Amino acid sequence: MTHLENVVLCRESQVSTLQSLFGERHHFSFPSIFIYGHTASGKTYVTQTLLKTLELPHVFVNCVECFTLRLLLEQILNKLNNLSSSEDGCSSEITCETFNDFVRLFKQVTKAENLKDQTVYIVLDKAEYLRDMEANLLPGFLRLQELADRNVTVIFLSEIVWEKFRPNTGCFEPFVLYFPDYSIGNLQKILSHDHPPEYSADFYAAYINILLGVFYTVCRDLKELRHLAVLNFPKYCEPVVRGEASERDTRKLWRNIEPHLKKAMQTVYLREISSSQWEKLQKDDTDLGQLKGLSAHTHVELPYYSKFILIAAYLASYNPARTDRRFFLKHHGKIKKTNFLKKHEKTSNHLLGPKPFPLDRLLAILYSIVDSRVAPTANIFSQITSLVTLQLLTLVGHDDQLDGPKYKCTVSLDFIRAISRTVNFDIIKYLYDFL
Amino acid sequence: MLINHALRELMEIEEVSENVLQVHLNGLLQINDKIALKEITRQLNLENVVGDKVFGSFAENFSFLLEALKKGDRTSSCPVIFILDEFDLFAHHKNQTLLYNLFDISQSAQTPIAVIGLTCRLDILELLEKRVKSRFSHRQIYLMNSFGFPQYVKIFKEQLSLPAEFPDKLFAEKWNENVQCLSEERSVQEVLQKHFNISKNLRSLHMLLMLSLNRVTASHPFMTAIDLMEASQLCSMDSKANIVHGLSVLEICLIIAMKHLNDIYEEEPFNFQMVYNEFQKFVQRKAHSVYNFEKPVVMKAFEHLQQLELIKPVERTSGNSQREYQLMKLLLDNTQIMNALQKYPNCPTDVRQWATSSLSWL
Repeated sequence: MTHLENVVLCRESQVSTLQSLFGERHHFSFPSIFIYGHTASGKTYVTQTLLKTLELPHVFVNCVECFTLRLLLEQILNKLNNLSSSEDGCSSEITCETFNDFVRLFKQVTKAENLKDQTVYIVLDKAEYLRDMEANLLPGFLRLQELADRNVTVIFLSEIVWEKFRPNTGCFEPFVLYFPDYSIGNLQKILSHDHPPEYSADFYAAYINILLGVFYTVCRDLKELRHLAVLNFPKYCEPVVRGEASERDTRKLWRNIEPHLKKAMQTVYLREISSSQWEKLQKDDTDLGQLKGLSAHTHVELPYYSKFILIAAYLASYNPARTDRRFFLKHHGKIKKTNFLKKHEKTSNHLLGPKPFPLDRLLAILYSIVDSRVAPTANIFSQITSLVTLQLLTLVGHDDQLDGPKYKCTVSLDFIRAISRTVNFDIIKYLYDFL
Repeated sequence: MLINHALRELMEIEEVSENVLQVHLNGLLQINDKIALKEITRQLNLENVVGDKVFGSFAENFSFLLEALKKGDRTSSCPVIFILDEFDLFAHHKNQTLLYNLFDISQSAQTPIAVIGLTCRLDILELLEKRVKSRFSHRQIYLMNSFGFPQYVKIFKEQLSLPAEFPDKLFAEKWNENVQCLSEERSVQEVLQKHFNISKNLRSLHMLLMLSLNRVTASHPFMTAIDLMEASQLCSMDSKANIVHGLSVLEICLIIAMKHLNDIYEEEPFNFQMVYNEFQKFVQRKAHSVYNFEKPVVMKAFEHLQQLELIKPVERTSGNSQREYQLMKLLLDNTQIMNALQKYPNCPTDVRQWATSSLSWL
C-alpha cells in the first residue's frame, strides 16, 4: 500500500474509492465505471498503476488508436488471449467484425483457467471517441457484464462529462467518479518530486515556485508544466554552474530566469519552436530578442504590386462597399455624416471577420491606391492567383462562377500593417473602423 | 429478470424442458437481420443443417430453419420461445423483416412459436409497420413502479440487510440492527425522500447505496447517516462545475468575457475576436495589466475550452474561414458560471468583481 502511495501522489481518496469498488478478486464489481477529469489529472496513470500493482487481469485500449469498431474489438480480444495463455509462443490472431461476435468470442476467451473466477477489467481511454463510432457500441459496453454473463467491468476514461455521452433512449448508468484537478500545492509537490539528483530538493522546489508563478495563471496542465520545468532547468542552474551565485541566492537566480520564462511562454509553450531548438538557444546564449518562431516564417517577401493587391483586398474585405466613394475618389462631394458615422460596436468588421468582395471592386481600389498607372495585364491576375495559393486570399464560391470570382482576405491586422509600412502606405487612414 | 424467473419455473416442468427450445436475441448485439439470423441458427444448433446452402429471401431461410426442427417421433415440430431484448432496436432494422417473419409464423399455423419482446419505450406500437402491427397479438404487460414512499423505505432496508446465510452471524445481526436504526433517522429519511422525488427508479437507489457502501471499511464497519448524506451529494454533483473548477485563471477570464457578451447580445453566437476584444477591455484598466497576455496564448486557452466541449462551434468548420472568426456558442449558463466561480480556489478579486458587474466600462 505504501508503495502505491509513493508512486501515485495526491490521489489517495480516488485510489481508495477504486479499491473498494474492485473488492476481492472473485467478487462481481459494478458493471461500468466512468472516470472523468481534466487533461493530465492522472486518470490514465492512476488506473494503470493500480491495476498493475494489484495484478488484476486487465486490458488497456486507447480509442484514438482503435478508431474503428473492428480495431477496437480485435485488440481487446487479442490482448485477453495473451493474458490467458502466457505459455504459448504465439496464439492465433482473432478476427471479429461485429459486436455480436465479440460477445461470443469474449465468452470463450474468459473460460480460460487463469481468467475464470476473477473480474476482468477492460479500460477504454479517450472514451469520447466511442460516441462517434457505431451507435450500439457505447450502450453495449456499459452492459457488457449482463450481455456476456461474465465477471467483467468496463472502465471509461474521458475529459468530457458523462451528460454528453448519454444516448437519447437511455442506457445503463455507470458509476461516475471525478478526478479533481490538482491544487497549486499538489502541483508543487508532484513537480518537485522529479528533481535531478545533483541538486538539493529545496533548490528545485524554489525553481518550481518561480515557474508556477509565471505559468500558473495561464496553464494548469501537469504535462505542459513538467515539460517546461525540464527544459528551463539548465538555464536556471547556469549562474550556479558558472560560479556567479550560490544555490541560496534566490534574487539573482530569479532575475536571470524571469525574462527567459516569459520568452518561453511565447515560443515553446505555443510550440512555435521545437524543444531541441530551445535547448540549443540556451547553450549558445544568443540574444533572445531575435527568436523567430513558426509564425514569423509566414512573412514572405512579396513583389511590389502583390503587396498593393493584398492591401486593396484587405480594404475591400473590411470596409463596407458604400464607403468606397469616400475613401477612394478624389472629389467625393459632401457625404451626410449622420447615417454614415453611426456604427455599432458589434458590427465593427474587425470583429466579425472579412467579407467577400468581387474582383472588379478589388481592381477599382487597386487603381486608386497605386500612384502610377496600372494596366490590367495578365501579370496582375496571375499575382492574384498566387496570393490565393499562398492562402493570403481565399476564393469564395465555385471556380466557374459566371459573374466573376469572389475573394476574401485572410490576413491579420498586424500583418497588413507590416506590409503597408514597407510601401509607405498608411492603411489606418483608409480603414472604416478606425475613423 | 422477470423473464428469467418465469423461464426457470417453466423449465422445471419436465415435459417442457425436453421439448421447448429457447432463442435469446438482443437488439444491442444483433444490429441487422443477417446477424440475427445467424445467431438464431447458432442458438438452435442448426449450423450443420444450414451448411453452405444459398437462400433467396429471408423468409425462405427462416422457414427452412423452423422445419428442420421437426422431431423424430412426432410429426409436429418443437415449440420455440423467442425472447427479444431491446425490442425497439429491432424495429429500426430495414423493413422490419425479422419481426414480420416472426409474427407471421406465430399467427399462421406452421410452427408453434412464442415471441416475447422487452422494451423501455411505451410508444413501441407506433414504431411497428402496419403489416407487422396487424400480425401482432397486441398483448402488452406493463411493469410500472407503483409503490409509495413507505414502501421505498422498506425496499431500502431490505436491500441493505444481510441475508441469513451470511457466514458471520454476529456481524450480520449487528449490521441489520444498524440498518433498522438508520431507516428511522430523520436525516436519512430526508435523503431518501429527495431521491424518491427525483426518481422512483431502483437503479438510482442502488447507485446511492453503492456510493455510501464504498465508505465502509474495516475501521468503519457500520454505515452512518453522514455516509448517506455525502453519497447523496455526490449523486447530485454538477459535473460541468467540476470541470470549471479546474480551469486556469486565463480560461476563467475568457468564460466571463463570453458571459458578458451573452448578456449584452442575448445569446447570439460569438467568435474568438469578439471574446478577445472584451477581454482586452478588462485588461486595459490600469490595475489589471498583469493579465496582459499575447494573443496566441489567449488563443491556446480558447482552444483548450473547445477541447473540453465547454464551447462548441455553431456549424462545421469549413476550410476557408480563419479560426478566429468561427462562430461559437457557450454551453454553460449564467447560474452555473456564478456558482462555479464561488467555489473557484484562489480566485483573484478583480476577476470575481468583473464577473458580477455587467458594466464593462467602469
